[in-house]
Amino acid sequence: MARKVVITGLGATTPIGGDVPTLWANALKGVSGAHTLTDEWVEKYALPVRFAAKASTPAADVLSRVELKRMDPSTQFAVVAAREAWKDSGIEEVDHDRFAVAFATGIGGVWTLLDAWDTLKEKGPRRVLPMTVPMLMPNGPAAAVSLDLGARAGAHTPVSACASGTEAMHLGLDLIRAGKADVVMCGGAEAAIHPMPMASFAAMQALSKRNDDPEHASRPYDVNRDGFVMGEGAGALVLEAEEHALARGAHIYAELAGTSVTADAYHITAPDPEGLGATRALKAAMFDGLIQPEDVVHVNAHATSTPVGDKPEYTALRAALGNRLDTVSVSATKSQMGHLLGASGAVESVLTVLAVQERKAPVTINLENQDPEIPLDVVTGTPRDLPSGQIVALNNSFGFGGHNAVVAIRSV
Amino acid sequence: MGREISVGRVPAQEKGSLMASNEEILAGLAEIVNEETGLATEAVQLDKSFTDDLDIDSISMMTIVVNAEEKFDVKIPDEEVKNLKTVGDAVNFIANAQA
Repeated sequence: MARKVVITGLGATTPIGGDVPTLWANALKGVSGAHTLTDEWVEKYALPVRFAAKASTPAADVLSRVELKRMDPSTQFAVVAAREAWKDSGIEEVDHDRFAVAFATGIGGVWTLLDAWDTLKEKGPRRVLPMTVPMLMPNGPAAAVSLDLGARAGAHTPVSACASGTEAMHLGLDLIRAGKADVVMCGGAEAAIHPMPMASFAAMQALSKRNDDPEHASRPYDVNRDGFVMGEGAGALVLEAEEHALARGAHIYAELAGTSVTADAYHITAPDPEGLGATRALKAAMFDGLIQPEDVVHVNAHATSTPVGDKPEYTALRAALGNRLDTVSVSATKSQMGHLLGASGAVESVLTVLAVQERKAPVTINLENQDPEIPLDVVTGTPRDLPSGQIVALNNSFGFGGHNAVVAIRSV
Repeated sequence: MGREISVGRVPAQEKGSLMASNEEILAGLAEIVNEETGLATEAVQLDKSFTDDLDIDSISMMTIVVNAEEKFDVKIPDEEVKNLKTVGDAVNFIANAQA
């Protein structure tokens, strides 16, 4: 019998809340974190997309000046979220050699990398900061969290584009089940609202171009969806072996019942139109957690609001859940906070855990005219009550490269 | 020796000179150290060792050196940095380099 793994701490910094209580309150209310960008680089480079969903609480409001200087913005978000999750877990003493980190990012230290490149070109090599490489490396967030909290059972960095944060949960579960750690700080962080990724995603036609109405740009499942909205931030979850949590009398939010990761091997950016990789991921996560379709009451969907992405996820959900899907409450929370790329899976896992614990599915905003090819029961308007008894919710994340990751959260 | 260094003993710069006086160099250096490490500017005294007293690691030291080069318009060769053990060493080096 595999070790049971539970979730005992939550942290987040997002476009709709700089901490978990604010995030959750807004997710139930239904607000948009997307706004017109006022940064000088938007005009300077004449970017075709001029809005994004920035973190509602800048890291500069929370961290010290020296911490800010030594960390890429993605790492800053990671540390903010991890500290909140750690405090929330109530863990006062831990065997540091049995405490691991699995903290993901999709892009890593893009601001540090490109700022240093500008410095090199404009001022020469002498002015390139010695901390540049340790700040830009993708393991920067995991390493900083490990250092900050004293986690010595490995600091891991799953990198699978927009599936990264969810893959971190998958890795954390494996580490505890395999007996390699008792506590794992899982999460994902991203800070890529920078002109280069904005230009690249726009060139790919992946971003919404609704410049005149940013708040209504992220509209998963709507017939008029035209792309995703860039977001930023971090989410963090403390995973703990159940016996470890019980021994210290911890507050347990929910069980991390099952996870899975699959790859499409179909196309580097396009989702498999039949959603086969996503279907396998859903079925594998349910198998992993001994979950039947009728156990599932809620899905926090990947649903980025791109014309091509939203439908294959529906196909996969239908294949995995069958008729049960018709009574599953689906929330597309990217409608509110945009797409946090490598952080999205972690933040959406935080929301999924809260949905299970509070028995409420957060709302999807901007869905005015639902795509008839995606007949999901989408939660709009007001939050939806979830049933009593034992329930399961799924969180899907998919990433460029054909990555599919699913976590299954069960009530306790 | 470091403890005996005091600002008063260093010859004052001529009035109107573009070069900074030792007091100004110390103040400027303290700002750079504060910016890099968060240490209070008052903690940056001539007799303080960068490593032993101010707990500044080699990476921060290189950043401080490069910022000082820009601020005071001097060159501080890499091989010279290991000789700058105290704040006073750095102030004297910068003052001499400007002369």
